[in-house]
Amino acid sequence: MKEADLMLKHPLAKYLRQERMPHIWCEGCGNGILLNSFLEGLDELKQNLDRIVVVSGIGCIGRAAGYINVDSFHTTHGRAIPFATGVKLANPNLKVVVISGDGDLFAIGGNHFIHAARRNVDIKVICANNFNYGMTGGQYGPTTPLGSWTTTTPYGNIEHPFNLVHLAAASGAVYVARWTTLQVRRLKNSIKKALQKEGFSLVEVISPCPEIFDRYNKLGTAVDVMKWFKLISQVKHGYDPAKAEVAKNKIIVGEFVDIEKPSYGRLLREMTANVQDKLKGEK
Amino acid sequence: MPQKLWREPLDAQKTKLPKAEICIITDLCKGCGFCIEFCPKNVLEQSEQLNKKGKHPPEVTDESSCALCGFCTAICPEFAIFVVEKKGENNVGNEEKE
Repeated sequence: MKEADLMLKHPLAKYLRQERMPHIWCEGCGNGILLNSFLEGLDELKQNLDRIVVVSGIGCIGRAAGYINVDSFHTTHGRAIPFATGVKLANPNLKVVVISGDGDLFAIGGNHFIHAARRNVDIKVICANNFNYGMTGGQYGPTTPLGSWTTTTPYGNIEHPFNLVHLAAASGAVYVARWTTLQVRRLKNSIKKALQKEGFSLVEVISPCPEIFDRYNKLGTAVDVMKWFKLISQVKHGYDPAKAEVAKNKIIVGEFVDIEKPSYGRLLREMTANVQDKLKGEK
Repeated sequence: MPQKLWREPLDAQKTKLPKAEICIITDLCKGCGFCIEFCPKNVLEQSEQLNKKGKHPPEVTDESSCALCGFCTAICPEFAIFVVEKKGENNVGNEEKE
């Protein structure tokens, strides 16, 4: 069988824009695995693709919006969550997913993230965390672990990193999970769960960056990094997110928060209906 | 297949293990090696051939030992490998249903 025909026979082929394949990500990059898990989740949920919107910001993973065959936005740097909030409030029937990186969501877009989580806007955030700014050549960012080498920290990083799950949980997200790219099945299940929940959800995906971060830190090839994930990740559901820091010898993964809370969109619609009723009564 | 069974399953005559067909889109492969490394049955192996990108794609060594877990499909970042069940003579249970 010809290669092109085989490509179309892939079970996820209908979710991809085939004319844009193959994607530009490096060999061994975790972004492809994240995309794969997300599409598998969509496939298993049998979602109506006309009701899904994918928004992404700037960064390597920002290309994902262009590869998925649904309505998608590739927004300006750090502004994926404001765009997604606008989409969700304008049309509450849509399921809005933000797929973006740690630099986009937590550096330039940090304030948008915490306030969207505080308001509990009904959007799902999937964050690919590769510990640095991969697309621009490997500068250090807000998630770079203490003591790591990057192009802008040639003597080791002296800044303490964000603990993303703790940040999201403290800001008020209703569903917070963290997985590495090795735990593909659990990641897919988490994405499915987040898609079905009402409210602000964060799924953090710890991803290898073999060409830049892993090379500067001498972690070996992508397979070595995945083996390292296997060695040091511990699954602990319901663990205190404050203690779940990413360390060199331990990555706590699992579902940290799973609560119910009315979303911003629902409260907004209720408020609008109440006020309109009142105004009618006054007339 | 396990080498030794403690006792024969009651439906051993009726059902047979599903046979897998592993499809590899060689020119999409970037040679990361995840499928080869993390296959629980060690069905795949790096091939000697180079593809269009100049990488060594995986090749199937023993298709009959594939357990159809689909982990290679799930972990491939390039959408370059997938497993389907072989239809036809292999699966007695399925034929009965049809």
